[in-house]
Amino acid sequence: MKSAALSALQAARAAKRPVVFATRLSDGHQILLPDAAASDALNAAAHRALSRDENATKEIEGEAWFLHAYSPPVRLVIVGAVHIAQSLVPMSAPLGLDLIVVDPRRSFATEDRFPNVTLMDDWPDEAMDKIAPDSRTAVITLTHDPKLDDPALDRALRSDAFYIGSLGSRKTHAARLARLAALGHDEAALARIKGPVGLDIGAVSAPEIALSILAEFVAYRRRIGQTP
Amino acid sequence: MTDMLAIAAAWKAQGEDVAIATVVETWGSSPRPTGSQLVVTKSGKLEGSVSGGCIEGAVAEAAIASIDSGFPRVLDFGISNEQAWEVGLACGGKVKVFVEPLT
Repeated sequence: MKSAALSALQAARAAKRPVVFATRLSDGHQILLPDAAASDALNAAAHRALSRDENATKEIEGEAWFLHAYSPPVRLVIVGAVHIAQSLVPMSAPLGLDLIVVDPRRSFATEDRFPNVTLMDDWPDEAMDKIAPDSRTAVITLTHDPKLDDPALDRALRSDAFYIGSLGSRKTHAARLARLAALGHDEAALARIKGPVGLDIGAVSAPEIALSILAEFVAYRRRIGQTP
Repeated sequence: MTDMLAIAAAWKAQGEDVAIATVVETWGSSPRPTGSQLVVTKSGKLEGSVSGGCIEGAVAEAAIASIDSGFPRVLDFGISNEQAWEVGLACGGKVKVFVEPLT
C-alpha cells in the first residue's frame, strides 16, 4: 500500500464519504472507488459492496480483486441523557458507532457526563430533523417522558432508521403506542419500535439494561436488518 | 474500534518500516471476518488480528518479509494446506491473507 493511497482513504473516511479500497491480488495494485477512471465493472462491484457493507474478494474482468468497503459509521441516536445513557454510551464506543445524545435538559446533557459524543440540546423532534435518520441510523429513547420520547419516535418512524427502541414497561409502551397511533402511525409502523427495548436477559442494573439494548441492536444490524 | 490503518500511518510517520496484513477471503468457521487487519513493523511492533491467534506468527513473519522484498503476497491457510497443520488452524476454517508493505 502506498502512503498516498492510505492518506486518500483516511481522508475519505474522515469526511464520512463511502468508499471502497480495491486491491488487485495478483500484483497489489490499489485504487479508491468510485473512480471515474476505473472500469464500469469495478465501480458497480464497489457500489454493491457498499450497499451490503461487505468486504469480499470478487472476480472482476478476469482478475481477483479484494474490495474493502468503508461505509461511514452507523449512527446511534440516544434520546435522554439519563442514567442508562451513561452506561450505554461508553459500552457503545468499542462498537465503532457514531454516538449522538439528545436531551433539551441542559443539566442532563453535559460534557462532564458524556465526554466524546455529539450532544444536542434541541427539542427531540428538532434534533431528529437535523440528524435526518437514514438506513444506517438507530434511535433509542430512554427518557420515559412522553413529551420527549414521543416527538423523537414520531420522527424516527417517518425515517428509514433500521432500529428503533424505546425504554419503558409493557404498560408504558402500550400507552405510548396508543399516543403514536393518534399521530397517524399504523400498526406496521408501530411494530418497528422495540418496546420494551432490549433482549430479555433479566437485566436489572443500568449497565445490564445497556447490555441488553446493545445485544438487540447488534442482532438487528447483523442479522435481521440486512441494509446497514 | 481501533483503526489499524491509523496505527499503520502513525508508525510509518515515526520512521518505522510497516507492513499490513488483511483477511481477504474466509471459508467455514474462521475466527475473524474478511477485512480484519494486522499491522506489524520490522522492529517488532504488532497490532490487530487476522485470526484467533493461530496464524498470527506466520502472517507477521510473511508481512515483514514483504517489507524486505518490497512485494505483496497472498497467503493461504486452511486444513487442506500442509502448512496449516504446522501452524494449526484449529477451528477447521480456511483463510486467505494479503500481506503488503506500506511504501
